[in-house]
Amino acid sequence: MKYVLLLMGNAADADCGTDEGPDPSEFMAFDEEINTAGIVVGGFALEGPETGVRVSTRDAETVVTSGPFAESGEFVGGSYIIEVADIDEAIAWAEKSPGSSLGHIEIRPLADY
Amino acid sequence: MASADHADSSAVAQVLHTIGVEDRGRLLAGLATRFHDLDLAEDVLQEAMVRALETWTRRGVPQNPQAWLMTAAKNRALDIIRSDAVKARRLAALRIESEVDEGDHRAHSADLDEELSTANIPDERLGLFFTCSHPTLKEREKIALILRFLAGLSTAEVAAVFLVDTTTMQQRIVRAKKRITTTGIPFGRPTADQLRERLPGVLRVVYLIFTQGFVPTTGTTHSRTDLQQEAITLARLLVRLLPQETEARGLLSLLLLTGSRAGARTDPAGLPVPLAEQDRGLWDSRLIAEGLSLAQTAAGEPEAGPYTVQATIAALHAEAVTYSETDWNQILVLYGILSRLEPGPVVALNRAVAVGKAKGPEDGLNALEELAADPGLADYRPFHIAHALTLREVGKPEQAERAFRSALDCPGNDAESDYIEVQIRDLLA
Repeated sequence: MKYVLLLMGNAADADCGTDEGPDPSEFMAFDEEINTAGIVVGGFALEGPETGVRVSTRDAETVVTSGPFAESGEFVGGSYIIEVADIDEAIAWAEKSPGSSLGHIEIRPLADY
Repeated sequence: MASADHADSSAVAQVLHTIGVEDRGRLLAGLATRFHDLDLAEDVLQEAMVRALETWTRRGVPQNPQAWLMTAAKNRALDIIRSDAVKARRLAALRIESEVDEGDHRAHSADLDEELSTANIPDERLGLFFTCSHPTLKEREKIALILRFLAGLSTAEVAAVFLVDTTTMQQRIVRAKKRITTTGIPFGRPTADQLRERLPGVLRVVYLIFTQGFVPTTGTTHSRTDLQQEAITLARLLVRLLPQETEARGLLSLLLLTGSRAGARTDPAGLPVPLAEQDRGLWDSRLIAEGLSLAQTAAGEPEAGPYTVQATIAALHAEAVTYSETDWNQILVLYGILSRLEPGPVVALNRAVAVGKAKGPEDGLNALEELAADPGLADYRPFHIAHALTLREVGKPEQAERAFRSALDCPGNDAESDYIEVQIRDLLA
């Protein structure tokens, strides 16, 4: 099955945006490990949530706003799309990721349309 | 080998009837594990039962009816998979596609009885226990799935447990099954690591089924022995599947010893009878003997955990010939151990009650009032009842009455509410 591991951060966390928490080298090491395992089928890393731009169209009018968005605490920092046998394997990878100790990781099955 | 050439259909129905909950559970677990699909397993097992009635009436009952049913169901499942692209794709991913292409065995083929007489159906129910209590499922989904697929209750019976209508329960079970598929919850036996990590969660589901029967928090009655019985059967099955697991035996012991009091816990009118006033002659001595022997072995093992400690407490109650002979000092020590193993408001409450019994009601009242601010107990009826009874004991009837009224405001069963009303009337008299 294919799962998306969403690496979530929370702007409200005291550590967020500071140098606390896992070292970038821990993320690099995890990235190498998961890629070597041959299960990664996609993924991305994102710039910080303050760089986000929101677009919404209401009544044929387009509204563009840019971050930071004070009202939303949680944000996606990056993701892996992996193909593994079952949710237990996906959970095991999420546990290994430094993202699960800094923020949390949300696992979502990829819809099979 | 057919035992008769032409069995009449009522005799066949009789044989099918003897394939009871236990066998059906094993067959279902085997099929679900093989095909990673509870829906499919249920459907094809049902079809195999129908086909058995027809075929066995014509050709006689096979020597190993369970194996016949298993093969008939398995072949039907393979037929369905062949004609269903989505299922076939999923099964291919599970690496059993080679089976799908493996020739066209038919359950009713003539030489099959021979082949099946030696068939051995492995017991996959342990794996199904772990699938149905996977941490990604919600508590009530776990309870519903385990009652449905491991205790073998019908959907209507599971609905009665939750006091909801059958349609609602039907939908809940469908959603839970869908969640297993969509989430990709695995089937099959747990690894040693998973066993260690997740067995407490499995035991907890069985424990919750029991407590819902022991003191229902809704409904009219104070004790539902049917549910207690189901939980004991499930715990017994877990012990059989995992004989070396101390805590599984601890749980079974706890349920047996606690369940042994069922006959004494309510009066003829259905009102609760407190432990102190129960007629111990009505306790089930057979359940007690089995529970005590399990508790004694489990308690001496290094893996003894919260269930074994609770079983040991229940054993002390069971061993006391009269209420006044209860060894409250020892019970207090055990609640101390339990609150370290598994801290929580309910354990703290039980410990406070034990303080009162071991050291006197004044100390008990202090211990209880230290817990009054605990949000986990604010709506917990047994806390307010214990508080009220202790206040009455130390001669504070007005405060006792207020505590009884707080108890009435908490969720609980009707029989218990009637009991509280009686206590309030007695206080005012």
